[in-house]
Amino acid sequence: MNFTLRIWRQKGPASPGDLVTYPMKDVSPDMSLLEMLDGLNERLIAEGQEPIAFESDCREGICGVCGLTINGIPHGRRRSTTTCQLHMRMFEDGEEITIEPFRAGCFPVVKDLVVDRRAFDRIIASGGFISASTGSAPEANSLPVSKKMSDRAMDAAQCIGCGACVASCPNGSAMLFVGAKISHLGLLPQGQPERYDRARKMVAQMDREGFGACTNTGECEAVCPKDISLEFIARMFRDYLRSVFVERPESGAGGGP
Amino acid sequence: MTWLRSLWQSTIGKKVVMAVTGLILFGFVIGHLLGNMQVLLPDGARRINHYSRFLHENAGLLWGARATLLIALILHLITSLQLTLRNRKARPEPYRVKRWREASYASRTMMLSGPIIFFYIVYHLAHLTTGQAHPDFNPDDVYRNLVIGFGVWWASGAYIVAQILIAMHISHGAWSMFQSVGLNHPLYTPPLKMLARVLAIGIAAGYISIPVAVMTGLVT
Repeated sequence: MNFTLRIWRQKGPASPGDLVTYPMKDVSPDMSLLEMLDGLNERLIAEGQEPIAFESDCREGICGVCGLTINGIPHGRRRSTTTCQLHMRMFEDGEEITIEPFRAGCFPVVKDLVVDRRAFDRIIASGGFISASTGSAPEANSLPVSKKMSDRAMDAAQCIGCGACVASCPNGSAMLFVGAKISHLGLLPQGQPERYDRARKMVAQMDREGFGACTNTGECEAVCPKDISLEFIARMFRDYLRSVFVERPESGAGGGP
Repeated sequence: MTWLRSLWQSTIGKKVVMAVTGLILFGFVIGHLLGNMQVLLPDGARRINHYSRFLHENAGLLWGARATLLIALILHLITSLQLTLRNRKARPEPYRVKRWREASYASRTMMLSGPIIFFYIVYHLAHLTTGQAHPDFNPDDVYRNLVIGFGVWWASGAYIVAQILIAMHISHGAWSMFQSVGLNHPLYTPPLKMLARVLAIGIAAGYISIPVAVMTGLVT
């Protein structure tokens, strides 16, 4: 298969970028898009040019590192698929393919197609965990979890933190990511003790980072490689509102009221 | 009151403000339609003037409603501007190629339909409530104001265009306000989205029928 690639090249965070055209010939339909880019990079190196910087790690759709905007859609047109799982047979022979980084104010471009997504790490560090004493694992049956709740928690826990939700959102909002992270812990008994504090802290960090606000367009849900639902955004709203309206401020002293 | 401040400063709190004020304005759009559709009933002239007198005789009710709507409108406006500025900053560089998968045209243009509707409201008040933009206004004869006002083709045209924009705004807003207070359920949300669209079209059709009735001579 033959393609015309238009790829975003940008030397560094402060330098201006632009699309550069690269013709690709004799591409195997069984190649993934990233493998094709590997091939292009080998060619660029052989020609003495700077290879295209892009991120990838597991290449099996579970690590969340890869992420390119392909023809205007984060992770490309195939639903429920990460960039690394997108194969060239999904494209038309002779097609022009435009590849851009995940764009958002909170995801500054580092180089070419690589963006800095550490804002997500800071949101997780602000509350996306449970506090538990380490030691030997407790008896599994001592903490019953219904199949229903475990399934819903897993639906949220599927989020791989790739950032496609932010990249697709017209407002650069991270609410699908934060909603999933708040919900997968909040749906399980282990997440209850810190549930509302977690919601408040993670939303506060999301706002501090400068992510936009949800306008319920549903674009994030449609591009999410793990099909995270807008329902989790609503759930985050409920937990956050409860943390604001119902929860009491921490008092220094223990004991009764 | 720290909780109120932290709520107001958060993106989620602001979305709740958008939803609640949106609900109030949506309620008005429905009430206003039901009240004014009386003009199409038999003996519409008497009915609509009677309705107008009823509202003006209950000044407490009228001014209470007006104050509530004004506050809701101002909050809806300020909050939407703040959120939009924030969202623009969070999305500074546009894609060279962008394709939408899911986002409806209405949902992406709320900040276009909204401001136009606002300017329309100002004109509409000057047209049929206070009369400055009306060729021959009589505060005691709503029916006559309506017939003369909509007899001007461009006034009716502006009205009809505004109704279409309001329908677009409602088709997204009427379900969006549930999501923005944390209500989303796999069983209820899809029919709710459908209901929002049906209501939006129904409301626009209802409002548009009034100038159309005047222009076609059904209401004289």
